[in-house]
Amino acid sequence: MAYEGIKTDFGPPYFRDMLHPVIAKNYGKWKYHEVVRPGVIKRVAESGDVIYVVRFGTPRLLSVYTIKELCDIADKYSEGYLRWTSRNNVEFFVTDESKIDELIKEVEEKVGFPCGGTWDAVKGEYGLSNIVHTQGWIHCHTPAIDASGIVKAVMDELYEYFVEHKLPAMCRISLACCANMCGAVHASDIAIVGIHRTPPIPDDDAIRRTCEIPSTVAACPTGALKPDMKNKTIKVDVEKCMYCGNCYTMCPGMPLFDPENDGAAIMVGGKISDARRVPELSKVVVPWVPNEPPRWPTLVKYVKQILEAWAANARKHERLIEWVDRIGWERFFEITGLEFTQHLIDDYRITPYFYSEYRTTTQFRW
Amino acid sequence: MSETPLLDELEKGPWPSFVKEIKKTAEMMEKAAAEGKDIKMPTGARGLLKQLEISYRDKKTHWKHGGIVSVVGYGGGVIGRYSDLGDQVPEVEHFHTMRLNQPSGWFYSTKALRGLCDVWEKWGSGLTNMHGSTGDIIFLGTRSEYLQPCFEALGKLETPFDLGGSGSAVRTPSACMGPALCEYSCYDTLDLCYELTMAYQNEIHRPMYPYKFKIKCSGCPNDCVASKARADFAIIGTWKDEIQIDEEAVKEYAKWMDIENEVVKLCPTNAISWDGKELKIDAKDCVRCMHCINKMPKALKPGNERGATILIGGKAPVLEGAIIGWVAIPFIEVEKPYDEIKEILDATLEWWDEEGKFRERVGELIWRKGMKEYLKVIGKDVDVRMVKAPRNNPFMFFEKEELRPSAFTEELKKRGLW
Repeated sequence: MAYEGIKTDFGPPYFRDMLHPVIAKNYGKWKYHEVVRPGVIKRVAESGDVIYVVRFGTPRLLSVYTIKELCDIADKYSEGYLRWTSRNNVEFFVTDESKIDELIKEVEEKVGFPCGGTWDAVKGEYGLSNIVHTQGWIHCHTPAIDASGIVKAVMDELYEYFVEHKLPAMCRISLACCANMCGAVHASDIAIVGIHRTPPIPDDDAIRRTCEIPSTVAACPTGALKPDMKNKTIKVDVEKCMYCGNCYTMCPGMPLFDPENDGAAIMVGGKISDARRVPELSKVVVPWVPNEPPRWPTLVKYVKQILEAWAANARKHERLIEWVDRIGWERFFEITGLEFTQHLIDDYRITPYFYSEYRTTTQFRW
Repeated sequence: MSETPLLDELEKGPWPSFVKEIKKTAEMMEKAAAEGKDIKMPTGARGLLKQLEISYRDKKTHWKHGGIVSVVGYGGGVIGRYSDLGDQVPEVEHFHTMRLNQPSGWFYSTKALRGLCDVWEKWGSGLTNMHGSTGDIIFLGTRSEYLQPCFEALGKLETPFDLGGSGSAVRTPSACMGPALCEYSCYDTLDLCYELTMAYQNEIHRPMYPYKFKIKCSGCPNDCVASKARADFAIIGTWKDEIQIDEEAVKEYAKWMDIENEVVKLCPTNAISWDGKELKIDAKDCVRCMHCINKMPKALKPGNERGATILIGGKAPVLEGAIIGWVAIPFIEVEKPYDEIKEILDATLEWWDEEGKFRERVGELIWRKGMKEYLKVIGKDVDVRMVKAPRNNPFMFFEKEELRPSAFTEELKKRGLW
């Protein structure tokens, strides 16, 4: 397709053109890997070729000038190729083992990114990977919390776990700044989720000007909205509203932001990999923590408390939910020191899938 | 005194600071502009810093709902964003996001990246996300009038970059590093991701569906791109025959590894036995969870009869609760040109387009209509591997032809109820 000579729909660059020559040569012919030390993975091909993948944490938000610095380093050490991981880490490829220390030093000095974010399943020693997160106040119109600031504050506190292998099993921490969960944090070992706690206050003018009333009303999952056709606006049954913000997504005339009452819930025990235990959705264990910019001390304290209680008590290879499977939620609340409150008992009108027998894992027998 | 006392707190500490990134961009852009470089938004990053400081003070966002903005011929790929602070921060009055389709597996040449950086330095804020949650490269913040020239400049690069998906569209597919670097990958995730991206260019760039639709390719059940939870259509590599064992390599591990406690006892189906000499895996009981392979990568590898399991419907909680994808196709071969996968995707998208309500994800539609209905749509037979267990209630729908003819059924017909 083309419009007035403008090229469209040509798609992404072909990935084969983006591969380091050793990776291209041994594509699909890797024999095994071993984690040499935190942040460094040695990959050995059937051909005998060896490549060291060296991983660094990033803040996800990157300046084009920083990317160019990473490119300079990749040109020097990595034959002009690099890669990002699914958790916002950046990786270089080194064929000469003796260059690894120099590379790490150069990245840490020039760009300030720490080497780490790996785990060694073979030895049963695990590091913490980077936090997957959303935009927050940087760029989103519906967030209940910031994203980058909280991630920075949490990772500062958990830094040692990123650069070393000190955890008993894999632990995935994620953050979403509202229940839309662009970061899909609903299956993470520890998840921070922005929540609103107040119903929307309809802005009649804005509704008349910018909204389609029937589709906004229909967007409410709890039936809390009614059209007021006489006044061409929307009425809210505040008793039924559970503050999901879906109506605001549909209609700018339904704002529900309250700086004093927005905040974060903490969820735990989610899991995506099929290793050992089947995947699981995260569960709410802290119903609400207030927004405390710039460093969210209460939220950071809870996350650390949960992570360290798990790390101190779990067995080797036991992810958070596997630990809870063994000790029970009773002990979880006892050991973490979190309070079990009425908000932690489900009273949302619809979570039907939870009760279904549909299989949510690739674990089955042939 | 600093203009950003709150944000300055986030420059402290050992973890890389996004505030430093924004400040660095602001300084470098202003400097480059002062030196006469053709830069359209030299104060964009500075403006973002100002607005973010106000958000930190007010404890709320200052971004408004986006309007419809895009480039000629596209319906998506750009997220419109406007500041609600007006004259206070004119630098970010418009601050639209462009989503750029990343190469499969997020592999880059520095040449390609430098091209991207040059374009974004000229036409935007100079700030990016590497990467957004769905996988795209995110160009963070430009004005409406620069969208088109920026897009055209991206298309003219030596390594051109296209927009990704946004809104009610097929979103940019993503893939794990797959066979490029990983010995576990049971199919070519990067190639499938690329081929599907190319096959659905129209569906990615022109929102036409009830809501979003995400496709993710994972090479094995470790699922490094979290496709089970994050994709409406998850293609996860697996195998059907037995795990391949190198007994000599097992013995090497046995010299220092506690195989009994760390491998045998952690097998979810007790399919492994180890007598100190030989490791045996009962293929009939193995559910291919990957734990033993993760533990002994030199000794164990997936079987030879490789393909993928397709899970359908994964999504976050908005709106009717979170779903981890459901097994729709227990096993499918994944070979070029991937016709069968494309046919299944086509049928799924067409049905959902036809039947889905506004903002209803495909998983929610399947829940409303029934998996039985979905299997008819994709022309697949039911399989016990699609469920954890048979249903736990007796409220089954029966087709007319399944019933015995009777006086009662005659009466139903007579009364026009059938």
